[in-house]
Amino acid sequence: MINLDHALIVSFLLFGTGIAGVLLRRNAIVVFMSIELMLNAVNLALVTFSRLRGDLDAQVLCFFVMAVAAAEAAIGLGLVIALFRRHASIDLDRATLLRS
Amino acid sequence: MREVFFYFFAALAVLSGLLVITRRNPLTAALYLVLAFFALAGVYVLMDAFFLAAVQVAVYAGAIMVLFLFVIMLLNLGPDDLPPIMTRRVRWLYAAASAALVLLFLGLDLGRRLPAPTPGAAGEVGAIAARLFGDYLLPFEITAVLLLVAIVGSVALAHRE
Repeated sequence: MINLDHALIVSFLLFGTGIAGVLLRRNAIVVFMSIELMLNAVNLALVTFSRLRGDLDAQVLCFFVMAVAAAEAAIGLGLVIALFRRHASIDLDRATLLRS
Repeated sequence: MREVFFYFFAALAVLSGLLVITRRNPLTAALYLVLAFFALAGVYVLMDAFFLAAVQVAVYAGAIMVLFLFVIMLLNLGPDDLPPIMTRRVRWLYAAASAALVLLFLGLDLGRRLPAPTPGAAGEVGAIAARLFGDYLLPFEITAVLLLVAIVGSVALAHRE
């Protein structure tokens, strides 16, 4: 049968990839994609824990994570469009409005 | 057989995740992200979480990715420069580090295997719906409010002055 520890390792690797994307990339869209990747890694960990424990509560939590991810994507892409209107670019290094 | 498919989909998810953050063109990155989402849906199916696999395809690979692709095409984004840290040497270092991590963790086996699916605890729609509309009714309703706030917020953000 499937080794659930390996599923947790996959989740760990996906989360690390997402963190690397957020830290290294300066393109706002790619940073959002990396955040989605991290949320998916968390979902995978939740499903794994749900199967380990044999109850469904973690899968319900996973459903809520997806709903929050949808809301976050809508707001985030609205922010990207607003950023593009202001700077004609979505390079995050140029978003320095709050820097005193 | 199930194990073979599990490792296939897991490797596909991690690889396409890596391709998402290393492609210069955001459009290519978005398509690899779709691949990662589908691979994860496959992993969910193999772990008997059928409802989540369906929602993963519908919400992530459907709705969220269409939103991403729409914004990329709306803003007409071209390839951008990768940061200098993603040079060839650092890329090889990253690959070596992840290979070492994988080997380290593959050696670590606590012997926890996927249990046989028990009725009512494996991820069928009915069992999840019973939780969702029972114990978790209030969070479910709050999610609806959250989505409404997100709609109003994104319209307010993207509205032209």
